[in-house]
Amino acid sequence: MGNTLAQKIWADHIVSSNPGEPDLLYIDLHLIHEVTSPQAFDGLRLANRKVRRPDLTIATEDHNVPTLNIDKPIADPVSKLQVDTLRKNAAEFGVRIHSLGDIDQGIVHVVGPQLGITQPGMTIVCGDSHTSTHGAFGALAFGIGTSEVEHVLATQTLPLVRPKTMAINVEGKLKPGVTSKDIILAIIAKIGTGGGQGYVLEYRGSAIQALSMESRMTVCNMSIEAGARAGLIAPDEVTFEYLKEKPHAPKGADWEAAIAYWKTLKSDADAKFDKEITINADELEPFVTWGTNPGQGLPLNAKVPNPADIADVEERGAAERALTYMGLTAGTPLKEITVDTIFLGSCTNGRIEDLRAAADVIKGKKKNEKVRMLVVPGSARVRLQAEAEGLDKVFIDFGAEWRTAGCSMCLGMNPDQLTVGERAASTSNRNFEGRQGKGGRTHLVSPLVAAATAIRGTLSSPADL
Amino acid sequence: MDKYISHTGSVLPLRRSNVDTDQIIPAVYLKRVTKSGFEDGLFGAWRNDPEFVLNKPEFSGATILVAGVDFGTGSSREHAVWALQNYGFKVVISSRFADIFRGNSQKAGLLTVVLPQGEVEAIWSAIESDPKTELTVDLESKTVSYSGKSIYFEIDDYTRWRLMEGLDDIGLTMKKIDEVSAFEAKRAAFKPKTIPALS
Repeated sequence: MGNTLAQKIWADHIVSSNPGEPDLLYIDLHLIHEVTSPQAFDGLRLANRKVRRPDLTIATEDHNVPTLNIDKPIADPVSKLQVDTLRKNAAEFGVRIHSLGDIDQGIVHVVGPQLGITQPGMTIVCGDSHTSTHGAFGALAFGIGTSEVEHVLATQTLPLVRPKTMAINVEGKLKPGVTSKDIILAIIAKIGTGGGQGYVLEYRGSAIQALSMESRMTVCNMSIEAGARAGLIAPDEVTFEYLKEKPHAPKGADWEAAIAYWKTLKSDADAKFDKEITINADELEPFVTWGTNPGQGLPLNAKVPNPADIADVEERGAAERALTYMGLTAGTPLKEITVDTIFLGSCTNGRIEDLRAAADVIKGKKKNEKVRMLVVPGSARVRLQAEAEGLDKVFIDFGAEWRTAGCSMCLGMNPDQLTVGERAASTSNRNFEGRQGKGGRTHLVSPLVAAATAIRGTLSSPADL
Repeated sequence: MDKYISHTGSVLPLRRSNVDTDQIIPAVYLKRVTKSGFEDGLFGAWRNDPEFVLNKPEFSGATILVAGVDFGTGSSREHAVWALQNYGFKVVISSRFADIFRGNSQKAGLLTVVLPQGEVEAIWSAIESDPKTELTVDLESKTVSYSGKSIYFEIDDYTRWRLMEGLDDIGLTMKKIDEVSAFEAKRAAFKPKTIPALS
């Protein structure tokens, strides 16, 4: 019997494997940011340990940085201390860092791919659950906690229990206006927030193969919202083409050797997945969440569900709580929901293609005067690229705020937050209670839906314009 | 890490499913650079509600949290584990945990116990009728017991051994560091390095 892609990458990274113990896996790349690393560096200091492989480690500042006035000191002293701590740790332990103001600063999951240090067949970890993003390159990439961050810093390995594998076949062709964000929201709605627990997901099928690299990243990014620590896509010509000119891509003979290896990175025809599901891409519509977990989503043309219609007791209770928190009434068409804020950005949808897609919808139009719109590029380079293409002008003329790079309102850790009761259409990844600010209400959407909603003021797709 | 063998304590019944780590500790509380001081942020948003279970005097001093299915979903923040520990919790029981939260708990010494949903409901009912009911969670016998009842739970032998011995993972891996070096010697030359920085 053959092996799945995840099994192959796993096998290629086993340092030590003994019965009754987790496998010890080698980690090819460790990404670091300011929020989940300070306690790990403290642990190293206490034990008098070094970073084993600074040359496989890279840090950036993203979660807790402002997206305005970055030329001035960070106003919040507690945030400033956290960012300064990362800078000090990077200097002390010899770790490469891209700080605020640096051209390679940005959201850690945008920075890795654009530098070309995210490559097929690698094991990649970061103290951030959206590390699954890098799976789009055919890498085994997953989020870890701070204890594990310390473990990787000290040993460049992690003891891990072998996961199961699940194939998610997305077959067919997306309709115009339907994006990779809608694919992943539909998958999460289908399998639930715990459906992928214990699995590595492999996204396959004609609709996945047809996606650009950036769209693939959007899909893999939200694997964790289906409960899976990692999700991946077999590398192909789209992947190789994307990587080719990136700064850290292999060169010359190394490129040839890499390509030869990368081409072996696919699930064998006779590989057996522990579970398999299929989604018909032809039938997908723009998707939106109505509740407070990412599995509570529906096509935009649907109505707010009635909890009484939900058979499962747990799910019914969760739906009732969600409607109360979201201030929604069962039966209301989703398209009649009025929003206050549009957030375009995050590691899910803050890349150049996302900004282009949204700009294309709003170009020459005016923002609904009742909404505010924040556009936060995923990295400094995305911002510069957008400015080179004149997209910043499109957004500013439209009435949006054009910000500097960071996680921003996706997690509401910096000053970019929703206020109590404020409702957002957000291209980010989590609609948890208070995620974007205490009392804030989040509807997860694609960049296209975000843009159309900014024009109409109610949840909309470009087809409604 | 302290050795964990057995713990007896009172229970906080949290009748909610899908308690994500943003609920356990909202992002605004993540700015500290230590592992302590997170207790004030535990269930930060919900604590404003006087009816929230954590605010009820009959459950004060609880050291065992019994929650609904899919506890600890979302963000990988280990601060969620520290917040629970800082507040005084030693054990969390649920019918299903998110993978990263469970891993973080096991590393940091917070015991997570998976019980069938029916048993979780039974504990909730028992505690709600008598909040003084104490649970004993014993890792040696792999049982949760209360009111004369004993429920067996599964935990993998390796994790159980580590928790009972209070062993630190890094220390264990350091014993295999020669194998790590041997692996490194065989890594493909085309694998990327972050240094020197190219951009």
